[in-house]
Amino acid sequence: MVTSLFAKLGLPGYEVNGKQPKHFGVIGDFDTPEDLLRAIRTARAAGYTKMEAYSPFPVHGVDEALGEPRSPLGKIVMVCGLTGLALAVALQWWTGAVDYKLVIAGKPLFAVEPSVPIMFELSVLLAAFAAVLGMFHLNRLPTYYHSFFNYSRSAGASNDRFLLAVEAADPRFNADQVKNFLDSCGSRHTELVEA
Amino acid sequence: MADLAIDPRTELNPPLVKGAEGYGDVTDQISVITEQKPPKQWYMAMGVALPLLGLLGICLTYLVSTGIGVWGNNNPVGWGWDITNFVWWIGIGHAGTLISAILFLFRQRWRTSINRAAEAMTLFAVACAAIYPLFHTGRPWRAAYWLFPIPNEYLHIWQNFRSPLMWDVFAVSTYGTVSALFWFVGLIPDLATLRDRAKSPVRRYIFGILSLGWRGSASQWRHYELAYLILAGISTPLVLSVHSIVSFDFATSVLPGWHTTIFPPYFVAGAVFSGFAMVLTLLVLVRWVYSLQNLITIKHLENMCKVMLATGTIVGFAYGTEFFIAWYSANQYERFTFMNRAFGPYAWAYWTMLLCNVVSPQFFWFKKIRTSIPAMFVLSIFINIGMWFERFVIIATSLHRDFLPASWGYFRPTWVDIGTFVGTIGLFLTLFLLFIRFLPAIAVSEVKGVLHHQISTEKGGH
Repeated sequence: MVTSLFAKLGLPGYEVNGKQPKHFGVIGDFDTPEDLLRAIRTARAAGYTKMEAYSPFPVHGVDEALGEPRSPLGKIVMVCGLTGLALAVALQWWTGAVDYKLVIAGKPLFAVEPSVPIMFELSVLLAAFAAVLGMFHLNRLPTYYHSFFNYSRSAGASNDRFLLAVEAADPRFNADQVKNFLDSCGSRHTELVEA
Repeated sequence: MADLAIDPRTELNPPLVKGAEGYGDVTDQISVITEQKPPKQWYMAMGVALPLLGLLGICLTYLVSTGIGVWGNNNPVGWGWDITNFVWWIGIGHAGTLISAILFLFRQRWRTSINRAAEAMTLFAVACAAIYPLFHTGRPWRAAYWLFPIPNEYLHIWQNFRSPLMWDVFAVSTYGTVSALFWFVGLIPDLATLRDRAKSPVRRYIFGILSLGWRGSASQWRHYELAYLILAGISTPLVLSVHSIVSFDFATSVLPGWHTTIFPPYFVAGAVFSGFAMVLTLLVLVRWVYSLQNLITIKHLENMCKVMLATGTIVGFAYGTEFFIAWYSANQYERFTFMNRAFGPYAWAYWTMLLCNVVSPQFFWFKKIRTSIPAMFVLSIFINIGMWFERFVIIATSLHRDFLPASWGYFRPTWVDIGTFVGTIGLFLTLFLLFIRFLPAIAVSEVKGVLHHQISTEKGGH
C-alpha cells in the first residue's frame, strides 16, 4: 500500500511502470567470484547496463564493475549524529537551566563540560540508528517478495554460488541472446526468471 | 624438495580457516549446529544454567517484595556486590565490541571466527549488568521515570544531568542498544543462509521474517558494508567511553581510593582484559563441544591470550601507579586507603586480585602456555575471578573505612547477594546456550570472505 502511495507521489525509487514486465530477467550461476567479475566485465563491454550480482559475501570489485555509485549512507549518518548532539544539548540545557532549576553543590545550571558524556552518547545512538535504518531504507529492507527468489537456484547466493542477473529492464534485453551470452561466460545454470 | 621447503608466508601466517574446501563447507559446518538436535553437553550445561536462572528469579522476587535491605549493603558500604557485579558484567561485554569494532577497523582477519559469539556475549553481559542498578532502585517498575528523562505526572522534576550516574545511564543504554543493532546487522546475511537452507516451512517462515528478505545483491552489499563500517567506527569510541563513564561514577567522588584520574584508561584496559578471559572460557568449550577446531584455530586462541597479556600488564601497571600516586600525593587519607587495601581487613581480597590479575597473565609470555588449551582455560578462569575481585576491592575497601573512624564497618554479603550474582551467571549461560542452539555462532558470510582472501593468496594473487 505504501509502495503504491509512493508511486502516486512519483518519489524516486518507487516508480511503477504502466505495464508490468512478464520477466524479471535472466540469471546465470557462476563458480567463483573471479568468474562472476569476468562475466560482469564482459557483459558491460557487450553493452548491458541493468545488471545485478548476488553473492554470499561482498566481492570486491563488483561495485566498480557494475558501475554502482558510492553509497549515500555516510551523509544520512552524519545528519542524524549531529541531530543527536543538538538534542543532547537542548535536553540538558532546558531541563537543567530552564524548566527545573536546582543548584547542586554550587555548580552552574548548565555548562558544556558535564554535558559532554551525554552529548557524545546521544550522537552515537542516533548515528547508529541512522546507519541501520538508513541501510534498511536504501536496501528496501524488509522486502519479503522479490522476483529474484523465482530463480530455481537463488539459495546458492547465500551459500557458495555467485549469480549474475541481466534484468528485463535492460534496453538491450533479449531473453535468448542473454541466455546464450551468460552460458558463453561460463554460467553453470542459466534461467529466464518470472517477474 | 617440495616437502622440505616451508612457505615463509604460511609459517608466519597460519591459515585462519582450515579443512574447508569451499564456501559450502563453511555454510554446512556452521548451519548444521542450529539445525540438528544439540549434543548432550548442551543439555548438561542447560541443566546447570536453568536452576541458577530460577535462583535469580527467587532472589529478585524476594528483594522486590521485601526491600533492598535483604542485600548486605549498608552504611558505610552503600555499594556492595550489586555495583561490583554491574561493573564486572559491563566490563565483560567490552571484549565483544572490541573484537567486532576495533579489530574490524584494524583489519584483523582473525576476528571473523570469534566476533559473532563475542558480540552475543556482550549483549547478554549488558543484560545481566542492567539488572543490578535496576533492582537497586527497589522499585524497578518505576525506575524508567528515575533513570530516563520521561515527562510524567508523578515526579514533576527532571534528572540531574550533572551527575555521573546519569551519564552512566545514557552510556550503558546506548551501549546495549548499539551492540544489539551491530549484532543484528551482522546476522542478516547469515539468517538469509539459514532461511535458504530451511527444510521445514516453520523454520523458513521464521528465518524469512528475521532475514528481512536479504538477497545478497551487490547493491545491497554496497550499503551493508558501509553501514557495517560506520557502526564499527562509532562503536570504537563508544566502547572506550562506556567504561570511562562507569569509572566516572567513582572518579568524580571525593572518596580516597576512588578520586583518581587514572580510572578511565585503567577501567577500559581491565574491561577488555576480563572480557577476553570470558570469551576464551566460553569459546574453548564451544569449540570442543561442536568440533570447530578448523574455524576457531589455535592461532585465534593464541591471539586472545596475547591481548590478555597486554591488557593484564596494563592493569598491573595501573595498580602500581595507584600505589605510587597515593604515596606521592602525601595525602594521609589517600595513603591510608591504599595501605588499608593491601594490609587491612580486606587484604585477602586484594592479594587474590593481585595474584589472579597480575601474576596469571604473565604466563602468557610463554608460547607453550599460549597454545595449550587446558592452561589457557584455567588462566582465563583465574582472570575472571581476579577481575571480579578488582571491582570488589575498589568498591568495598574504599567505602568501608572513610575519613571518620567512628563510621568504619565491614561488608558481608547475604545469601541474596550471593544468589543474585550466581543467578545472573545462570541468566548469562541460558541466553548464551540458546544463542548457540538457534543462531549461527560464527559469522558465516565473514568467514567466507576470509576464505576467499586465503584462496586467492594461495593462488599467488594479491
